[in-house]
Amino acid sequence: MSLTSAHSVVAPSAISKRVAGTIIVLYALISIVPLLWIFATSFKTPPDSIAYPPKILFQPSLEGYCNLFSTRTRQTPEYINALGPATDICDETVRKRNMVIAGPSNFMPRFVNSLIIAFGSTFCAVFLGTLSAYGFSRFKVPLADDLLFFILSTRMMPPIAVAIPIYLMYREIGLSDTALGMILLYTAVNVSLAVWLLKGFIDEIPREYEEAAMIDGYTRLQAFWRTVLPQATAGIAATAIFCLIFAWNEYAFAALLTSGTAQTAPPFIPTIIGEGGQDWPAVAAGTTIFLVPILVFTILLRKQLLRGITFGAVRK
Amino acid sequence: MAEIRVEHLRKAFGDFVAVQGSNFVVRDGEFFVMLGPSGCGKTTTLRMIAGLELPTGGKILLGGEDVTMRRARERDIAFVFQLFALYPHMNVRKNIGFPLLAQGTPGIEIRRRVEETAKLLRIDHLLNKSVSGLAGGDRQRVALGRAIVRRPKCFLMDEPLGTLDTEFRDLMVHELRELHNRIHATTVYVTHDQMEAMSMADKIAVMNHGVIEQFGTPREIYDRPATMFVADFIGSPPMNFLGFGGGLSKGAREIVVQGAKVAVPEVREDIAPADMALGIRPEHIRFDDGSKLRGAIYGTEYLGTTQIVAVETSGGIIKARVPAEIRLNPGDQVGLALSSTRLSLFEKGSGRAVRTAIHDGASQGRAHRG
Repeated sequence: MSLTSAHSVVAPSAISKRVAGTIIVLYALISIVPLLWIFATSFKTPPDSIAYPPKILFQPSLEGYCNLFSTRTRQTPEYINALGPATDICDETVRKRNMVIAGPSNFMPRFVNSLIIAFGSTFCAVFLGTLSAYGFSRFKVPLADDLLFFILSTRMMPPIAVAIPIYLMYREIGLSDTALGMILLYTAVNVSLAVWLLKGFIDEIPREYEEAAMIDGYTRLQAFWRTVLPQATAGIAATAIFCLIFAWNEYAFAALLTSGTAQTAPPFIPTIIGEGGQDWPAVAAGTTIFLVPILVFTILLRKQLLRGITFGAVRK
Repeated sequence: MAEIRVEHLRKAFGDFVAVQGSNFVVRDGEFFVMLGPSGCGKTTTLRMIAGLELPTGGKILLGGEDVTMRRARERDIAFVFQLFALYPHMNVRKNIGFPLLAQGTPGIEIRRRVEETAKLLRIDHLLNKSVSGLAGGDRQRVALGRAIVRRPKCFLMDEPLGTLDTEFRDLMVHELRELHNRIHATTVYVTHDQMEAMSMADKIAVMNHGVIEQFGTPREIYDRPATMFVADFIGSPPMNFLGFGGGLSKGAREIVVQGAKVAVPEVREDIAPADMALGIRPEHIRFDDGSKLRGAIYGTEYLGTTQIVAVETSGGIIKARVPAEIRLNPGDQVGLALSSTRLSLFEKGSGRAVRTAIHDGASQGRAHRG
């Protein structure tokens, strides 16, 4: 390979390193500032959250989190004074606004719904995707190219374009507002992504590995399990994260198809209403908590994710 | 260990026929090499014996049992791949023990046999290493270990030395043959490298375009090539061909090439007039000023003990292997004397060798199927 070719590996110069560093820092700032703003807002009081000019320095408060997890009723100061001492910090915080906690809010059940639906659909999509990708990669599937294109075509329009028919179908077969319905739906959307991504990863694994295992006395499924899967973990992790991020963040279908028992966090969070307007600290608190699972999942799998994204870029 | 019998084996991929009706027998304990250029069908044949491809027609018998349509794992064979196919997520010990695990061998027994195998291959010090850090030769030994640990009916090897450095390759050729001498396992070995084939094989099948051109011992294949393809493929430099015309009759001992009379091994069949070729190995040419077959020195290639001399004759360039001491200058006129008992005759049209006195030994192949 000549030194001038695009693929040659040359040590970057000091200037290009500095330029690249600056660009990365700028990009990181642009990405992180909104998140930091949400995080900060979640610790503001409602008046601070809508103060103008915006407050950079403020007295932190847990009011947003208290409001997120509870429902409250307004009472007269006499009634509140007649109560015993506050039992916890939330009790104390809401009493200052002449309120008492009436019970838990719907946030926890919605959050749990999100967890079940996102992880459930990710598991299904990756499971089905891995098996189909293996099939497409290793066997002569009749009309394989057309089938793969057909699978991909489910991604060619915005989900909202099919939302109405799906809404009608789901209502008819009783899948509206059920976790199963949402898992099936997100699986269907994600499986195309999973098949295409994973097919690429599995194509890169030489078939000699399974052939060796099959000659050595294993069935094809055992060979797949023991030789292909362990080598595809990077690809599977990368695919799982992409599927999870989609299912976790999905708003349009969730807003249309879930309203009660199966409602996920994204359509729920904006509906948190305080007295006299949107309760921004509570919304920010919900958003902050909502970000945590993806953050944890991505950090846990970051090595595989990085390997997965750069997979195939470097010839072994 | 077992005998491998292949009968009328055929494989077509759509319109492309990869293997057209192969027949051969590998006897118990024999080291059999399938040799040919890439795309000749040798690997496909091997994969059919392994059960990785199903034949379009024909039969495969392992130890007398018909296994043609059986799954790979039901055949009790071992396969060494060109790229070794060592599992990167397992260490050396686990790689070698992997086939035993499939059979449900108890852990202690696996341990014992893996260690025994590693000792045999002199890799016992590497057992707990990761396979990704191993050198080419050691990877090869681990792949061999995985093959022999199970004591299968036979070994199939697909260009196992293809990716090694030349220096390692010579060493492994020696080691493989030594290993075979110790365990006497029936082995089918595929390669495109004639050096490997000649130095290791008990029997060689030379394949081209899906057809076995010749089946025989290395000596038979070198000395009595059944076709012009075999004569050209084996030997470095390959056999020289000098064209001549006319028929041959049984008992003839002389032909005329470029106006010179050349003594040849006694012809054993009648051949109708056609384009013919005289085949001469480079080492069967001497320089002799008395010879009527003449040419001019075109170039020389010095090899130490010998030299390869290209001589331009009226029938094309002929390469001769002569002692290195002879001093030659380009343009010198030389006479060429041929060792009459070692010459081959071919029909140019079919490429088939004419039956002569040199064939009075066993040699099969296309030439004998007619």
